[in-house]
Amino acid sequence: MSTSAAATLEKPVAVKKKKTGNTWGKALRQHYWLYLMLIPGVVWMLIFCYLPMGGLVMAFENFSPYAGANIIECLVKSQKVGFGNFQLLFKGTDFMMLLRNTLGISFANLLIAFPAPIIFALILNELRCMWFKRVSQTFVYIPHFVSIVIVGTLTFQLFNTQDGYIYNLMASLVGKANTPDVLSDPDCFVGLIVGQNLWKETGYGTIIYLSALASVDPQLYEAAKIDGAGRWNLMWHVTLPGIKGTIVIMLIMKVGALLNTGYEQIFLMANAINRSAAEVFDTYVYNRGVSQGQYSLATAAGLFKSVVSLVMVLGANKCAKLLGESGLY
Amino acid sequence: MAKKDKVVNGFNHRSPGDMAIQVVLYIITAIAALLCVLPFLYIFGASFATEREILERPFFIIPREFSINAYTYILKDGAVFKGLRNSLLVTVVGTAINMFVSCTMAYPLSRKYLKGRNFFMNMVVVIMLFGGGMVPSYVLIASVLKLRNTFWALWLPGAMSAFNMIIIKNYFQGIPDELEEAAIIDGANDLYTFLRIMLPLSGPVLAAVSLFYAVGHWNAYFGAMMYITDPNMEVVQIVLRRIIFLTGAIADDGSINWGPAGSPPTKAVRMATTVVATVPILAVYPFIQKYFTAGVMVGSVKG
Repeated sequence: MSTSAAATLEKPVAVKKKKTGNTWGKALRQHYWLYLMLIPGVVWMLIFCYLPMGGLVMAFENFSPYAGANIIECLVKSQKVGFGNFQLLFKGTDFMMLLRNTLGISFANLLIAFPAPIIFALILNELRCMWFKRVSQTFVYIPHFVSIVIVGTLTFQLFNTQDGYIYNLMASLVGKANTPDVLSDPDCFVGLIVGQNLWKETGYGTIIYLSALASVDPQLYEAAKIDGAGRWNLMWHVTLPGIKGTIVIMLIMKVGALLNTGYEQIFLMANAINRSAAEVFDTYVYNRGVSQGQYSLATAAGLFKSVVSLVMVLGANKCAKLLGESGLY
Repeated sequence: MAKKDKVVNGFNHRSPGDMAIQVVLYIITAIAALLCVLPFLYIFGASFATEREILERPFFIIPREFSINAYTYILKDGAVFKGLRNSLLVTVVGTAINMFVSCTMAYPLSRKYLKGRNFFMNMVVVIMLFGGGMVPSYVLIASVLKLRNTFWALWLPGAMSAFNMIIIKNYFQGIPDELEEAAIIDGANDLYTFLRIMLPLSGPVLAAVSLFYAVGHWNAYFGAMMYITDPNMEVVQIVLRRIIFLTGAIADDGSINWGPAGSPPTKAVRMATTVVATVPILAVYPFIQKYFTAGVMVGSVKG
C-alpha cells in the first residue's frame, strides 16, 4: 500500500491532526466507535479504488510483469514512455472503429432507450384503471431483475436462424433472403443492443419518473384547467416542467457514461462475425489488457475513457446549473 | 388516489377523442406488459416439449406432448445445480460483506458532528466519479492479492457501492436526532446507538439495499469469467453462458433412454437450463418488488 495516490490522500488528515491536535484528540476519544466503524470502508476504498488509480502509471510506461520481483518494483522499473501509449492508441486503425462503435451505441441508447421510460411513465400516469396499471407495472419490471446472460439467452432462442420464433416469423413475412441474422449481422448490432436495453430497462426506468409525477401539485392542473388548458397543454406546461429536474439528473448521468457502453452485454452478444461493430472501448480494454496481456495499451485506453467521462459529467452538470437546474450536487 | 385522478383527468371524461386516446394507451401498456412476460412463458413451455415440437411449432406456451427429458439431462449432468449452489454462496456471503461495509461506513458519515466527515465524504465522491479502470484492478486482484479461483475475487472488489452506501447514509440522517440524544443521555455509546437504535429503525432501506446487492451478485458473470477457471466453482450465469453460447451440441454418454426421439434434446436442454437459472430470481420477485420500488424512491432523494 505504498502508492502515491494513497499517500497523498492520507496527507490532509495528518496535517490537520498536527494543527488542531487537541480537538482531534477530543473527537477521537469521544467518538472512537465512529472512527473504528469507518475503518472497513476506508481500507476497502484505499485498496480497491485508490490503489488501482496508482496503477494508472502503467498507461505511461511499457509495463512488463517481469521487470521486478513484485508488482511495485515492476511499476517502478518498467520503461517509461510518456504519452507513447496514447499516441499508439490514437494513431492505430482500431481507434476510429472503437470511437464509432462506442458513440454509435451510446447515442442510439440516448435517443431511444433514454426517452422510452419517460414516455411510458407518462402513459402509465394517464391510466385510470388502477388494477390494470398495477398488474402492468408488475410485468414490465420483471426483465430488470434477470441477468444480462438470461436476456442474451432469450434473444438467442428467439432470433437464431434455425428455430428462432421471431426469425421464422420475419422470414415468413418478408422472405428468408430479406431477414437479417440479427445475432451476427454487424449492421444489426446497435439495434440488438438498444433493443435489449429497451426490453430490459424501460419498465423499471419508469419508477423514478412515476414518483416525480406523483409529486406534481394537483392544484397546478386545476389552475391550468381553469385557464382553459387541454390534455396536451397540461402535459406540456404542467407535467413535463414538473418532472424536468428528474429528467435533467438522469440525462447528466447518461451523458457522463457516454463512453461506458458496459462490457457485460456487449461481450456476451459479440461473436466472430459481428466483431467489427461490437468492439467498443470497454471490450477493447478487456480483450487487449486481460486476455492478451497488453497492460499498458489497455490501461491507456481505459484512462482516456475515464478522463473523457469525468470531463463530460462535470461539464453536463455545469450546463444544467447554468440552465437553472439543481444538477447532481 | 382515485379522487386525485378524477381531478387530474376528469374534465373531458366522456368526449370521444379522449376515449380513443385512453383505449390506445391501454393497448400500448398491455402490449408492453405481454412483451415482457411472453418470452419467459415460451421458454418455460418449450423446456417441457419434445425436440420435434420445438422445431415444428412456431410459438406455443403449452406443449402438446409433455416431456421431462431435458430436466432429466440437467439433473444428471449436475453442472446447473452446482452453479446454483455456487451462486447462492456467492450471493449470501457477498451481500453480508456488502451490508457490513456499507452500514459501518454510512453511520459515521451520517453524523454531522463527525470531525473529518467532509474528507471521508469526498473520498467516496471521488470513487463515484473516477477509477483506475479494469486493467489495474485486474492486476491487483489476480497478481498482487492472488485471488484467482477464490470467491473472494467476487466478494471483495465490489464490497461497497458508493451509491448504495449513500442511500443508507441519507436514511440514517432522516432519523430524528432526539432518539440518539435520548440514548446518549441514558449512557449509550456510538456502537450501542448504531446497533440498537439506527439499524432497527432502518428496516425498509436495509431490505432494499440488501436486495440491490443480492440481485447484483446473483446476476453478475463478468467477474466470475475473469477470475474463476475451476469448473467446480462455476456460478450459474457462467454455466448458462457456456451451454447457450459456447457449446454447440449436448454431450451424450448413452446412459439415458431418450425415448422415441433417440438423441439428447439439445434445444429443450437449452430452454430448461434457462428456466432453472431464471426461476430463483422470478420466485423471489413478487416478495422483493415493493422493497425495490421503495429503494428507488429513497435513492432519488438527494443529500
